[in-house]
Amino acid sequence: MITTKLLMIDDEESFVSALSKRLALRDIEVVPAHSGQEGLNKLDEDPSIEVVLLDVKMPGMDGIETLRLIKGAHPIAEVIMLTGHATFETAIDGMKLGAFDYLMKPCEIDELTTKLDAARKRHQEHLDKILEATGKQLRGQRAR
Amino acid sequence: MNSSEKTTDSYYRSLTRNIVLIIVGVSVVPLILITLTIRHFSQTSYQDKVIEHLQVLNKKHKQNIDSFLRERLADITVMKDSYTLDQLANNDFLKEKLQSLQKNSSDALVDLGIVNDQGIQIAYAGPYDLKRAHYAEAPWFKEAIQQPSYISDVFPGLRGIPHFIVAVRGSDNGRQWLLRATVDFDKFNSLVENIRIGETGFAFILNKKGEFQTKPRTEVPPLKDPYLNFLSPDTRDNEQEGIVSNSQVDGKGVIHVMSRLKNGDWVLAFQQTESDAYKALYLVRTVSVLIFFVGVIGIIVVAVLLSKRLVKRIRQADQEKEMMTEKFIEAGKLASVGELAAGIAHEINNPVAVMLEEAGWMQDLITDAGPESIPMVDEFQRSLAQIKAQGVRCKQITHKLLSFARKTDPIPKKVNVNDITREAISLCEQRVRSGSVKIQAQFADGLPTIRVSPSEAQQIFINLINNAIDAIEPKGGAVKISTRQEGDFLVVDVADNGPGIPSYVLPRIFDPFFTTKPVGKGTGLGLSICYGIVKKLGGDISVNTAEGMGTTFHVKFPIPKAREEKTGH
Repeated sequence: MITTKLLMIDDEESFVSALSKRLALRDIEVVPAHSGQEGLNKLDEDPSIEVVLLDVKMPGMDGIETLRLIKGAHPIAEVIMLTGHATFETAIDGMKLGAFDYLMKPCEIDELTTKLDAARKRHQEHLDKILEATGKQLRGQRAR
Repeated sequence: MNSSEKTTDSYYRSLTRNIVLIIVGVSVVPLILITLTIRHFSQTSYQDKVIEHLQVLNKKHKQNIDSFLRERLADITVMKDSYTLDQLANNDFLKEKLQSLQKNSSDALVDLGIVNDQGIQIAYAGPYDLKRAHYAEAPWFKEAIQQPSYISDVFPGLRGIPHFIVAVRGSDNGRQWLLRATVDFDKFNSLVENIRIGETGFAFILNKKGEFQTKPRTEVPPLKDPYLNFLSPDTRDNEQEGIVSNSQVDGKGVIHVMSRLKNGDWVLAFQQTESDAYKALYLVRTVSVLIFFVGVIGIIVVAVLLSKRLVKRIRQADQEKEMMTEKFIEAGKLASVGELAAGIAHEINNPVAVMLEEAGWMQDLITDAGPESIPMVDEFQRSLAQIKAQGVRCKQITHKLLSFARKTDPIPKKVNVNDITREAISLCEQRVRSGSVKIQAQFADGLPTIRVSPSEAQQIFINLINNAIDAIEPKGGAVKISTRQEGDFLVVDVADNGPGIPSYVLPRIFDPFFTTKPVGKGTGLGLSICYGIVKKLGGDISVNTAEGMGTTFHVKFPIPKAREEKTGH
């Protein structure tokens, strides 16, 4: 079973901890972060993070701003927006900014895992392409 | 009628009364002032005019009478100077002279006589037999013999009819004699008697004793005081002529105009009642009073009618304002309820999410540990499932609450109502696929586009169609959706043939959180959301319903004017 490494950014700590335990059962390793800035720092520290679950409505830096910064620093990290109903439009805006998908809070665990899986796969594809390109480059260098 | 209506009634009544009073006051007070002022000045000037006229008349007649008397005196003075006593003592000569005098003075003199210093008439010419008459004791003689010329008061004398005489004194060798002539009383009287002014105005002459020197035309009022005062020595030095005094006779005002005659021995008096003298003035006064009252009545009638109409309009405007205020309150209520709902929903959403996750976690744990190893695992499973189900229910409620208040894409676009409605129907059709409910659409062609937010418009139709389906669901039936144009509005009708809305429910259907659906089925927000959206767009939503006959909702959207549409794009 492939383990997914997930960064979860949400100011609701009990939500993060409850969800983390459940996801851990489903072979998903969760790195918790409780603010946008903390999430960005964790992302910088750990390049193995594949997918980000990002709450839209947070005190301080909100989800959209965080997303913009993530996409700037880590373009191939896939981001799933987690939204309350009231911020539904914002989540759509997030997708325009390059988020992979969005989910309504509270969410079904199966739906979440499905989406996480899809996101991880896409991240993997990107990664493979990059590796392939790097490989080609390396091979080209050797041939010369 | 309840008490609040009574108070408003009395409010409008007092408003009417105030307006009437103001109009009447503002128009009548100046009217009164103008009328009084004009009346005062016209009265004064008219009275001055009348009195001036009387004074001029009086003066003219005084001159006439004075000159008449002077002429008579001059006649005999000339005779006395022209002839000797011997000549005059001749009766025939005297007769001849009398005739020539009478010819010249149009019979003003009745007779002539020569009286010696003994008072014996030594010669006489005239119609009476007065030769040798003795005048020694006559008062006039006593006075006349003292003066060069003399005019007597009127007296009956020897002939027994009122007359007066003029006399001049001559002297013959130191002996005094008098040439006397009798003035024709009728002739003299006619000088005065013919002076008539108006109906009650007439002239007369009084002597110092208050005796008439002329025949008064009518009975002169008993009060002669003004005339006697006028003639009294106290006022004699006072050269004033034509003094006017007003006195009351039998309650009537009387005007007196007086001037002195015969060196102040007589007074020529004019007398006229005020009512006669000022007849024209009184007529004008009566007419103006009449006009004034007619005018005031007119003003009052107009003021009452006008203010009644005015207050009626104000009342209507007030009622309209009240209705508007009620609508504003309704809209404000909706807005604040929306905000409250959004706040609550948001706060509840997160704890519910946590609870659901925790329940999920417990289920995960059970699955992980193997259900057989846990006692009463079925009960745990059932309980967790219940927690999850109720949590999901909470989620649905909060989501509906949030959609009630959330700002869906509010940007209005040019949309075709038919398209929007069709989409809404297709979204609802999932629900009816299994049931016995039919949805029929009846769209009018060539409808103008309207400017609304598509998501908001869709929300309205989804809500209405869902309500309609709910209404007919258990028994089955049809939902009919039709679009049409009605004046400046596009109307979408959503009709069902369900049981209808009971009349006691009807007034509350647009209230937030009001629902007739069972707990867990409806939030009571659908119709109030629709109401809010439609009102915001400047449209209207109304309902036709009868119990057992079904319900029809009419949604009216305003059609934008052509010009607005152009500038909007």
